[in-house]
Amino acid sequence: MAKLHVSTTINGEPMEFLCEHSDTMLDALRGPLGLTGSKEGCASGDCGACSITIDDRLICSCLMLAAEAEGHEIRTIEGMAHGEKLHPLQQKFLEMAALQCGICTSGMLVASDALLRKNPRPSEEEVRFWLAGNLCRCTGYDKIVRAVLETAAEMQEQGLKEFCQ
Amino acid sequence: MNVVTNNKWIGQRTIRPDGVDKVTGRAAFAADTNMPGMIWGKVLRSPHPHARIKSIDTSKAEALPGVKAVVTARDIVDFPVDKSVMLGIQDMRWMCRNVMAREKALFPGHPIAAVAATSEAIAAKACELIEVDYEVLPWAIEIDDAIKPDAPILHESLKFEGKPSNIAGRLEVKKGDVAEGFKQAEVVVERTFTTRPVHQGYIEPHACLVSVAADNKTTIWSSSQGQFMVRAMTAYLTGFPQSDIRAIPAEIGGGFGGKTIVYLEPLATLLAKKSGRPVKMVMTREEVMRATGPTSGSKSTVKIGAKKDGTIVAAQGTFYLQAGALPGSPIRGAVGCSFSPYDIPHVLSVGFDVLSNRSKVAAYRAPGAPIGAYAVECVLDELAEALKMDPLELRLKNAAKQGTKAAHGPVFPRIGYIETLEAAKAHPHYTAPLGKLQGRGVASGFWFNAGGESSAQVNITEDGNVVVTTGHPDIGGSRAAIANICAELLGIDYRRVSVLIGDTATVGFSNLTGGSRVLFASAMVVTQSTDKIIATLKERAAKIWEIDPEAVKWENGAAHPASPNAGEFPPLTLAELAAKAPAMGGPIGAGVQLNTEGAEGGFGTHICDVEVDTELGIVRVIRYTAVQDVGRAVHPSYVEGQMQGGVAQGIGWALNEEYIYRKDGKVDNPGFLDYRMPVCSDLPMLDTVMVEVPNPKHPQGVKGVGEVPLVPVMAAVANAVHNALGKRFYALPMSPPKVLEELEG
Ligand code: FES
Ligand code: FES
Repeated sequence: MAKLHVSTTINGEPMEFLCEHSDTMLDALRGPLGLTGSKEGCASGDCGACSITIDDRLICSCLMLAAEAEGHEIRTIEGMAHGEKLHPLQQKFLEMAALQCGICTSGMLVASDALLRKNPRPSEEEVRFWLAGNLCRCTGYDKIVRAVLETAAEMQEQGLKEFCQ
Repeated sequence: MNVVTNNKWIGQRTIRPDGVDKVTGRAAFAADTNMPGMIWGKVLRSPHPHARIKSIDTSKAEALPGVKAVVTARDIVDFPVDKSVMLGIQDMRWMCRNVMAREKALFPGHPIAAVAATSEAIAAKACELIEVDYEVLPWAIEIDDAIKPDAPILHESLKFEGKPSNIAGRLEVKKGDVAEGFKQAEVVVERTFTTRPVHQGYIEPHACLVSVAADNKTTIWSSSQGQFMVRAMTAYLTGFPQSDIRAIPAEIGGGFGGKTIVYLEPLATLLAKKSGRPVKMVMTREEVMRATGPTSGSKSTVKIGAKKDGTIVAAQGTFYLQAGALPGSPIRGAVGCSFSPYDIPHVLSVGFDVLSNRSKVAAYRAPGAPIGAYAVECVLDELAEALKMDPLELRLKNAAKQGTKAAHGPVFPRIGYIETLEAAKAHPHYTAPLGKLQGRGVASGFWFNAGGESSAQVNITEDGNVVVTTGHPDIGGSRAAIANICAELLGIDYRRVSVLIGDTATVGFSNLTGGSRVLFASAMVVTQSTDKIIATLKERAAKIWEIDPEAVKWENGAAHPASPNAGEFPPLTLAELAAKAPAMGGPIGAGVQLNTEGAEGGFGTHICDVEVDTELGIVRVIRYTAVQDVGRAVHPSYVEGQMQGGVAQGIGWALNEEYIYRKDGKVDNPGFLDYRMPVCSDLPMLDTVMVEVPNPKHPQGVKGVGEVPLVPVMAAVANAVHNALGKRFYALPMSPPKVLEELEG
C-alpha cells in the first residue's frame, strides 16, 4: 500500500511527512520527523514516555495513528523551551534533580506542562494522580512532584505567561 | 588520606552536565541513533518453556524479499558446557546460551534465531517463516517443582551431590558454631519466607545499532551499564578481537543491574557482518519482560536465637534463589549480606542456586541482599516482639561496629550503622501517632559496595576550562558529582568542568556501572588525574616566577606564592597558564587508571508507615523515612535520589510486582499494565536522612549509595503491615488478593 501523506503542525511549524497506515504518531515523530525526544517505553499506553499534546490535549503518542495528525497541532518536548530559554518546569527539574536517567523526563515534562495549563495551582494529590500515567523507575517520584509544585508556585508568583499561551 | 572539609562545590546541588540535554529531549538514548543504509533486526523467540531444538530451517525466511541476513546459534561462538570461561562474574558457557538457545530452548522468550531486513515488518514476517522442529519437554517454573526428585532437568551436565540436578551451586558462609550458639539461646524464632522474581523495570527497553565494515571494524551504539562489558562480551560471542570493536555508550534509560549483560549486541553484530548493512535492534516491552532480567524468586528459612536481654547468640539462614534457566543467581548477596549488620558470634548462612524454566536472572540493585534482608529483618521483628523490646533497640544492642568480624569474612573498619539506627530512633517519624489500621515497621540492610577498575582523563582546554572523560555510563547523576569534585580540587566554578563518558576507544578500561562503585572509583581516578594537573600548573608557575615549585600553592583556580618568603607575584590563573601552555612544555592533561580498593560496605535503616484498606486488601505506604550512611554526599540531590528510587522499587517488590504464569509455562503479564510497578499516585513523599560517616580510604570519603536503599524495604513494609493488622505475611508480594485472603482466612 502506498504511504500516506500527512500535513500537520508540530511545535508551531507546519510539517509534512509520509507514513504507513499502521504507524503511530510516535513512530512518525521518532522516524521521518526525527524528533526522538519522545521515548518509547511500552508502545501500549502504559508508561507515558511518549507523551505529547494534540490541540492541547495530553495523549500517549504511541496510541495515536500518525495519519490522525492531519490538520492538527502537535506539541512535543522539543517545542517546550523558547530558544535558549528553558521552560520553568525544565529549569526546575534541573535545579531539583527531578531526573536520574532521564528516559521518562520528556514525558513527565510534557504531562506536567499540560497539567499546569489546566490547573495552575494543583495540590500534591492532583499532581500525583495527573502523573500516574507517567512511569518513572529511578526517582520514586518525590523530586518530580516537588518540582511541579514548586514551578506552579513560582509561575503564579512571577506571572510567567509567556510559557502559557 | 585526608577528607576535605569546608568545600565550595562538594556537597552542592549543582546542575548536572547532561541535564539540559535531558530536559529538552536532545539526549541520545540507545534507540535514538540511526545510520544511512540501516536495516532492522528481530529475534525469533521460543514459545515453549523447555524444548529440544531438533532442527531450524531458515530457508523460507532467507528467501523473503527484503531479508538481508539470518543468524542462529551456529553463528555464535560455542562455549562447551563442561568448561567454565569467566568474564567478570559471568560464565560465557551460560551467556552464549542465553543470547541464543543452543541445544534446547529453556524458557518462553529464549532467542532461537535473528533476522535482519529492510523494515521491522519484514523482519517480523521472516521470523514467522523460520521452521523450528521442537521436541517439547516437561518443565519446572517454581523452586519446589525444580528441586523435587523427579523434576525435569535443565542441564544434564550439572550435578549436585553426584546426580544431575537443577541445583547449580551452593555457597556457605560460616562463623563460630551455630549448634553451640543455639544452645545458649533463650528465645528462638524460625520462619520461612518466599519472594517472587521481580523485574528491574527500567523504562528504556534494550536497544542497539551496530555497523560492521568490510574489514570487521565494528561500531556498537547501545545503552548498557558498561561499554567495556559490551565490547568484551560481543567479542567473546562473535569471535571478533576486542580491538576491532568500538562500543559507544548511549545515554542509559535505567538499568538497576539489568543492563550489566548483553542480549542484542552480538546478534546485531553478526547480522551486520552478514548483511553488510548497519543493523538496529530494539526490544519491545514484552520482550524485555519475557527474556531479560529479572532478579530471583526465593525461598528462605531464617532462625535467630537470643538471650532474654536481647543479645543475639546464633543465626542461621538457608536461601534458595532462582537462577532462571542458566546458572548464576545472586546467592552471594543473600548469604553474605543478610546477617552483616549484626555482631553475632555463631552464624551459618547457606545459599542454593536453583535452575528452572524462566528467563535467566540479571543483577538487580544489591543482588540477593534484599531477599536475605527481608527474611532476617522480619524474623528480628518477631524476636523483638517476643522479647518485648523496641525493634530499633534490639538492633542497636547487636549492631556491627568498627572491629566487628562480619559473618561474610571482613572485620569492619569505622562504619556508620549505629548512626543510622540512632538517627532513625531520634527521627520524629518514629514516634508520630498512628491512626486506625495504620502500622509502622523498621528494618535495616547492608550491601558490600565495590571498587575495581576505573580510568579517567582530565584535560585543560586552551582557554583554561576542563574536560573530564571517564569510562562508566552515568546512570543517575555521577557526572554531576564528578564535576563537583574536579571543580573543588581546581578551585574553579563547576560550570567550567565538562564531564563526558568516553567510549571504548577513547578512555581506558573501566569496569561496569554496578556494585555502587561508580562515584567511589571514578572520584579516585579523577582526583589523582587532577592532582597531577595541579602539580604541572605549579611547576609552570614556579618556572615563570623562577622559584621552587614547592614554594607555589594552588588556590581558587590560580597559582600563588605559598608564603611571603617565596616572593611576591600576582596569581597566575588556570586560564593564563593554559594560554602559556604551548611555550611551557605543551598541553596540560593527565590520565589515571587504577584498580581501586577500599570500597566499604554501606548500611541503611528504614521506617515505614502503612495503612491497610481491609475491604479492598490494598496496603498503602503513607509515610517513609530512609536513613543511610552515605559516606560523603558529593551531590546530595542524587544521593537522595538513589535512596528514594530504591525505596520505590522496594515498595513495588513488597506490595505488587510479580510475574503471573499461565498453565503453559508462559508469563501472562509481560507489560506495564499488569506487571504493576508503583506509579506516582501510589506513593507518598519519600523522606531521606543522609548520615555522613566518611570512608577513610577515599579522598572525598565516598561510599557507594545506590544499592543499600533497596535492601531494607520489603521487611520494613512487611513489619508495618504486621503492626497495622496484627498478622504476619511470609510471602511477597502482599498484593490485594493475598491480603484479603489472609484477612478472611
Ligand atoms: S510508549 Fe507510549 S505510553 Fe509507553
Ligand atoms: S529518571 Fe529514569 S525513569 Fe525517570
